[in-house]
Amino acid sequence: MRIENHLRRSCLLHAGKTAIVDGARRVSYAELSDASDGLAAWLAENGVCRGDRVVVFAGNGWQTAVVFYAVWKAGAVACPVNPSTRAKRLAFIIADCLPAAIVADARGAATVADALAANPQARPAVILTRPHPRLPEAADFAQCLETGPFSTDPALCDSDLATIIYTSGSTGDPKGVMMGHDNIDAATASIISYLGNGENDVILDVLPLSFGYGLTQLLTSVRVGATLVLEKSFAYPAAVLQRMHEEGVTGFPMVPSMIALLLRMEALDPALFAGLRYITSAAAPLPVAHIRRLRALLPDVQLYSMYGQTECVRATWLPPDDIDLRPASTGIAIPGTAIQVVDEAGHEVAPGTVGELVVSGPHIMRGYWNNAVATEEALRPDPLTGTRRLHTGDLFFADGDGHVTFVSRKDDIIKTGGFKVAPREVESALYDLEGVVEALVVGMPDPVLGEALKAMIVASADTLTAEDVLRHCARMLNDFMVPRQVEFCQALPKTGSGKLSRRLASGGGTTP
Amino acid sequence: MSDAVQMKIRDFIIENFLFGDDSQPLPGDLSLMENDLVDSTGILELVSFLEEGFGLKVADADIVPANLDSIDRIAAFIERKKAA
Repeated sequence: MRIENHLRRSCLLHAGKTAIVDGARRVSYAELSDASDGLAAWLAENGVCRGDRVVVFAGNGWQTAVVFYAVWKAGAVACPVNPSTRAKRLAFIIADCLPAAIVADARGAATVADALAANPQARPAVILTRPHPRLPEAADFAQCLETGPFSTDPALCDSDLATIIYTSGSTGDPKGVMMGHDNIDAATASIISYLGNGENDVILDVLPLSFGYGLTQLLTSVRVGATLVLEKSFAYPAAVLQRMHEEGVTGFPMVPSMIALLLRMEALDPALFAGLRYITSAAAPLPVAHIRRLRALLPDVQLYSMYGQTECVRATWLPPDDIDLRPASTGIAIPGTAIQVVDEAGHEVAPGTVGELVVSGPHIMRGYWNNAVATEEALRPDPLTGTRRLHTGDLFFADGDGHVTFVSRKDDIIKTGGFKVAPREVESALYDLEGVVEALVVGMPDPVLGEALKAMIVASADTLTAEDVLRHCARMLNDFMVPRQVEFCQALPKTGSGKLSRRLASGGGTTP
Repeated sequence: MSDAVQMKIRDFIIENFLFGDDSQPLPGDLSLMENDLVDSTGILELVSFLEEGFGLKVADADIVPANLDSIDRIAAFIERKKAA
């Protein structure tokens, strides 16, 4: 089924129910449906055709939800871009996907103006939620919603592209991940089945809607007729937790850096979490020490440790009943899909052997927009069956029951003195040290070792010293895995989607 | 409260959250979150700026919109902290 039809169906069943909560604004399913019809009609009238790209450059707000469904109703492809993106990267994306329209909020308008100035050949229609002096010809979002009537193009089908989401490649330019309506339909059905989502759920989304994991919350919530509470960020944890309590939130998707922030709070009241059924964690591995502390703090909340990437939305989930037993594992393939750990030739390796995780199923991407080379690299046939599989570039090992455990990004391996070190292994040891809130381990050029390990640490107390850290590491790790240098930081570099970024920490790129 | 404090906060916000774009008016009561001027990293940057630039100690419980979500609120927060 096409994604906008999930909204149509939920609107038939729950027209008056609140679909989106955004601050004081509550948007019903009927309003979400009508507003997206209006904007879809405007897009169609202004030359946006089936298959055209529409850049969505806006933070978490009800308007952004409207834009997604409007773009799909118009038969176009949504290209969400994180609102903190700088003009240079936005200009690259505009030049790459040549959008027919751009929708931006107040924060993004100046960046859009800069990015368009760098792309004189691009002439997209621009819609702004608030006027900006540098974009005088832009249409007003609120007025666009009044356009009508809207009529659906009967030619639209499930195999049309729904989204192109640009991700940071480990090297070079961002790559646009193409997902069809059928891919997203399959992924959301699978996720809903294992999380047990239903119309009584209230899901809190502080993750950017421009990020696969954040967008998935909107898509699953609308699909089951639930309520989505949008928050712009986790910047004010105490305020967000209060909001969670007031709205009776049942599901709270998080990333490990948010969990670190949560565990850092001095006086956390478990009563705020009374109505919460589950927390999910994805986007980066959750340190085992944090899993244990979160479980101790919130024993009645189901904790889902998951793994995914934009290229397949989600690949694995660990059933929450297993988390105390195998806290380091990210579990098994999501329902209706398959995973394997393979060697360089693509053949499955024995349990316990480290290899690359490959994913197959109806949820894997079509490829990278305008980038056949990268597509061929990521989507390769199974040498036995010819089935096209997604190569994740992430190293895992499987146990005898098929549960997989993340080891490292393929290209994160640091070679020091001839030894191969997965930085995550050292970070995991660092997290076991009391007072370590966040940690990243990077390789520094070293004349003798090739690369030497540097630990970058955010500490909760000034009393933690480099000597403490090194002593602890020497106790926990092989000699060659003990960092040569310890740096205490106020904060660690994160990507636009909030993941701790080893690449940025080692000076290998700019924030996307 | 002093205009100098307000100015220092305003300059910080324009430089760090608007990337130097001072083409839009930035009234003292404008909500920084509602207008997408700061995100979670931004708040941590703002807290560091207050600690380093004004010599304050900001506790977890202080990091709420009532204290930090507009230039006026930040200025009033600095004043309260300094008085305490």
